[in-house]
Amino acid sequence: MLKIENLHARVEGKEILKGLSLSVNAGEVHAIMGPNGAGKSTLGNVLSGREGYEVTAGSVTYNGIDLLALSPEARAAAGVFLALQYPVEIPGVNNTYFLRAALNAQRKTRGEKELDSMQFLKLVREKLKVMQISDELLHRAVNEGFSGGEKKRNEIFQMAVLEPQLAILDETDSGLDIDALKQVAQGVNTLRSPDRAFLMITHYQRLLDYVVPDFVHVLANGRIVESGDKSLALKLEEHGYAGLGAGAAA
Amino acid sequence: MNPSASTPLVASLLDAPPSASGIAWLDEARREHRAAFAAGGLPGARVEAWKYTALRGLTQRRFAAGDATAATRDVDAAAFALPGVDGPRLVFVNGVFRADLSTAAALPDGLSLQPLSQALRNDAEPLRFALSRPALVGPVREAADAFVQVNAASATDGVVLKVAAHASIAAPVQLVFVGAAADAELAWHARNLIELGEGASLELIEHHVGSGEQAQLATLVGDVVLHEGAQLHHVVLQNAASGANLIRRSGLRLHARAQLRLHVLELGGALVRHDLQAELVGDGAQLHTRGAFMPHGRQHVDTQLAIRHQALDTASTSVWRGVASDRARGVFRGAILVAPGADGSDASLNNKNLLLSPGAEIDTKPELEIYADEVQAAHGATVGQLDERSLFYLRSRGIPLAEARALLTAAFCRAVLDDLPNAALREHLSGLLIAQLPA
Repeated sequence: MLKIENLHARVEGKEILKGLSLSVNAGEVHAIMGPNGAGKSTLGNVLSGREGYEVTAGSVTYNGIDLLALSPEARAAAGVFLALQYPVEIPGVNNTYFLRAALNAQRKTRGEKELDSMQFLKLVREKLKVMQISDELLHRAVNEGFSGGEKKRNEIFQMAVLEPQLAILDETDSGLDIDALKQVAQGVNTLRSPDRAFLMITHYQRLLDYVVPDFVHVLANGRIVESGDKSLALKLEEHGYAGLGAGAAA
Repeated sequence: MNPSASTPLVASLLDAPPSASGIAWLDEARREHRAAFAAGGLPGARVEAWKYTALRGLTQRRFAAGDATAATRDVDAAAFALPGVDGPRLVFVNGVFRADLSTAAALPDGLSLQPLSQALRNDAEPLRFALSRPALVGPVREAADAFVQVNAASATDGVVLKVAAHASIAAPVQLVFVGAAADAELAWHARNLIELGEGASLELIEHHVGSGEQAQLATLVGDVVLHEGAQLHHVVLQNAASGANLIRRSGLRLHARAQLRLHVLELGGALVRHDLQAELVGDGAQLHTRGAFMPHGRQHVDTQLAIRHQALDTASTSVWRGVASDRARGVFRGAILVAPGADGSDASLNNKNLLLSPGAEIDTKPELEIYADEVQAAHGATVGQLDERSLFYLRSRGIPLAEARALLTAAFCRAVLDDLPNAALREHLSGLLIAQLPA
């Protein structure tokens, strides 16, 4: 589904990703772990097409197409979703309205029929139930005045409604208390399916106690320096990032 | 004499004064206002109130006085149909009352509504006090208020609206001013007198529309007086034709415990100026103004808001949003004065502006003067661009760039319409606002 080869990217003239390669197949959950400044968030932002991230070399192929050539909205319509580390507050835009506009824009791009408000409401109610999220979030402006936990839950809820094929979670676990973390994890687990892949970017191992990854990669100094199964995460927890493979210090 | 007094514009506005009304005091007042305008001329760039609105381009033009065929000009009534607005209506075409387009028969009890031309014919005396001066409410300064003088000298029609004490008028009243393209570039004027008696209430929609791209110059001077405990909800929808130079002066006077809620949407016109002078003269009076101006192309839209708290425990809130695109220019001045003795007053003013293009400009100037005690005042003005993080957030969810920009811009303006009680009208205005956004 996703093939990243030798990706180099710069932010404000500074090279952050230095030859990152990674393959993700449908149905897999990959965890990307690494110390601060390793390039974790840059990876998420480059994949979702944020401005200000300049790709200088390498390629990203998603379902056979050049992902980097697409606008952020075209990537979303193609099934790529980024749960932001810091979801943005948008006063004056109702959460439900926003989500319906997003879903219908994606459907329109894909040549599918747009949902009317009744159909959309039905879908939203189903998702709320499955995700065990209170419908109170729906009536408020997008993330406005939301607590940190509510913002992250709203990201997961959006993901549930938009049903992406590739979901990238950028430090969705950061700043959450244990209850909120469990709720977010449960949301992710609910959405795991054979045709959906997850890329979970995280600094800490604790999310992986609740969402068990198929693969764990260590990102350091702009490259994947070590890959393994979930036991790698435990090893990191024990020894920290300092003692990592030879590539880490390069 | 002021050098600007000899410009083609001034000469054309002094040309062809209105024919004698047969009312001695009125003809005398018009002559005086005309003389005052001839002496003062137009405000130059050194007049502070016109610092950001240069009249240079206008001064070299000539506008013909009045429209001789306004009474029969073909006007499509669909141009001023509004959802949620189906009460009495007065329509003026190029400043001339049109009975055929108006619906003012069978008025509800307590409402008196007639064109000024008719009111003068019926019984001019009650209008003497108001029409003897250029404007009833607020100061009239030489040069700065030149157009108010022009209006006082030249307006022969307009609206005379009165609501009797304690009458509550359920149906919204619509006042329509149509600027219709004619053979010549026209100047026309309207003078409006609105008065709500003690405890009366009314919803009033002032609607400016137009057709054609031809230049026009229109002046409108309105005075609104709310007696004790009266309640007015006033909506102004300005959607004039693209060639319109529209200069309005509104004077609001609020007596004790009167409440006025004003919503203004400035969409159309070429050069648009609105002077809004409010006086809270009675204890506990409340004024709430909301407005959005959205110039695009090469439009110039200038709002000058001045609120004077002159009595105990008065309150005013003002929320204004400006959105400028292309090479358009917006100007906003929000001046609040709390006079000595107006203790316990609350005043807040918030003006936020958005520039959607590098060539667009908005100048905002908040002013706050407080001479009383126990006053709460909050005041803020900003000019900025759409937030890149918000734009990316919307796009990352699949919303295309143009739609994301429109959504954020509409959200930016929403605070202005949120508390408009007429839901059908609110929806309509919100739609107009979104339609105005650049693609």
